[in-house]
Amino acid sequence: MKNLRKGLTLALAVILTLGLVTGCGGGSKAGENGQIYVYCFGDYIDPELEYEFEEATGYDVVIDYFDTNEELYPVIKNNTAKYDVICASDYMISKLVGEGLLAEIDYSNVPNSAYISENVKPFMEEFDPGMKHSVPHTWGTYGIMYNKEMVNSADIDSWEDLWDEKYADQIVMPDSMREMYMIAGKVLGYSMNTTSEKEVKEMTDLLLKQKPLVYKLANDSARDLMIGESAALAVVNSGEVLYSQELNENMEYVIPKEGTEVWTDCWAVTANAANKAGGEAWINFMLEEDSAEDNFEYLTYAIPNTRIADLTDEEVLNPPKEVLAKCETLKNLGAEADDMYSKYWKEYKSK
Amino acid sequence: MTKTSMNSNLKRLFSGPFLAFILCGTLVPLGVIAFYGFTDRSGAFTIENIMAIATRNHAQALGLSLGLALISTVICLLLAFPLGLILKDSKLGKKGFMVFVFILPMWMNFLLRTMAWQVLLERNGIINIVLKSLGLPLLDIINTPAAVVLGMVYDYLPFMVLPIYNALIKIDKNLIEAAYDLGADKLLVLRKVLIPLSVPGIVSGITMVFVPSLTTFAISTMLGGGKVNLIGNIIEQEFTVGSNWNLGAGLSIVMMVFIIISMALIEKFDREGEASMI
Repeated sequence: MKNLRKGLTLALAVILTLGLVTGCGGGSKAGENGQIYVYCFGDYIDPELEYEFEEATGYDVVIDYFDTNEELYPVIKNNTAKYDVICASDYMISKLVGEGLLAEIDYSNVPNSAYISENVKPFMEEFDPGMKHSVPHTWGTYGIMYNKEMVNSADIDSWEDLWDEKYADQIVMPDSMREMYMIAGKVLGYSMNTTSEKEVKEMTDLLLKQKPLVYKLANDSARDLMIGESAALAVVNSGEVLYSQELNENMEYVIPKEGTEVWTDCWAVTANAANKAGGEAWINFMLEEDSAEDNFEYLTYAIPNTRIADLTDEEVLNPPKEVLAKCETLKNLGAEADDMYSKYWKEYKSK
Repeated sequence: MTKTSMNSNLKRLFSGPFLAFILCGTLVPLGVIAFYGFTDRSGAFTIENIMAIATRNHAQALGLSLGLALISTVICLLLAFPLGLILKDSKLGKKGFMVFVFILPMWMNFLLRTMAWQVLLERNGIINIVLKSLGLPLLDIINTPAAVVLGMVYDYLPFMVLPIYNALIKIDKNLIEAAYDLGADKLLVLRKVLIPLSVPGIVSGITMVFVPSLTTFAISTMLGGGKVNLIGNIIEQEFTVGSNWNLGAGLSIVMMVFIIISMALIEKFDREGEASMI
């Protein structure tokens, strides 16, 4: 969900950082309503929207980009650059809220929040109760994408199918610790946020049993292996599916019956924003019908906005309620649990 | 002011940027790594991060890294030395054209070149499509240590070729002719003249291939399919996913020690080589 199309982003980031430096010096001659500084995942909004926002609101926008939540965190924590509005994933929002680094949103400045779709709200509740500090930008699930020419559709409805020996050397799994434990946990009936060492050990054993069947552990390249038909099944994030289907019509996506991880990437205003109202105006603008539609078409990631519901009503992007009821959100578990997971993950990787 | 003191002032002035670079680019980061490596999350002193190399998973990854780096270095050496000999004697080599051809790929980012290998080697990649159309058996090395070694050899071969080639072209032709005059055959010339005289080139070639192979994590991630776990991968994971910078820094210090030891061994071999030449 985060690090697509990195190269371009990097180039843009360099250019825009230069812009930030010069912008700081110039200061007052900015847009009539002042400047706002935005910090966002690379290539995560339709670039046109920046200019449309400037025209519509009179703010001058400076955007910087980052690739992962872990890159964002020290920048916000140490206040090394002053951003008004940021985009971050669920677990990072809760970590930032916990450390008092995000401001409460004044919803009178965000009237478009009325259009946030109901489906996403229970998940928002898990990491930001009452949506006090954040507003969803995109959301999605993890599931199994398979090639219907190589795999019988009727056979795939459970995470356990990834342990089926007839798919030996045909399976692509995520090279990502928490997602792998989410999958093993769903098979064994454990929460993806468990901190029980016994459960983590059991999940590791289960994953090790599957390892000989795995063709590759991959994140962003998983969809390319599927499109090129080097693999028959891959665990991918739902945002990749429409793109893959455009390039290979044999791609199908299923959310296993045990449920899965729902992720949400959100906008939030920082606690020491110099221009809080500007940040809220940005969030409000992202919730406009046109912006949501542009972002959806640009990203092909689901945008939880009721005004474009008819565009995103495919099951891939909008799972039915009974499936969502079994889903979980990734939580920040703290350093001690991180170390424990990391120990077992290394065990998995080295065998 | 005397001329010499002016000179030394001028020297100091010119060395300023260099000293600043050493300070900011080497000494300060080393200090930071040492600080993280010898403390735990709360900032208290510990040697646990260093001793962590002895745990089975870490030791195993280090062993695999050493093994693959050694294999790649040997393959590079076996490819580069004959190539150096050919380039030395060929007209094209003298004009620098062939050497140029060898350096040419290095103008492109090595990650891109490694990614290209990934596309080539994939199960439905270009190589297998060609093999299939010719009715030949398919190549199935992607996501194995063999593919990682291939990537290392491909990426680092120029670093072996260049120093060896440079050492070989500096050898006085008369020495070789004298050896032949005194009745040596080709093999003897190779053993007693060419190889001993190119030892410095071989040594720097070995260092320049072995060290980056030992520490790489990009090649093993891309060509090993996440299934070949080198010590570089473990360190990278500690910084990005595990968010245990202290352990990552501690393991990095262990790696540095390993590199220093291996360089010292190579250096010793180098000096002995030179001594035997005299």
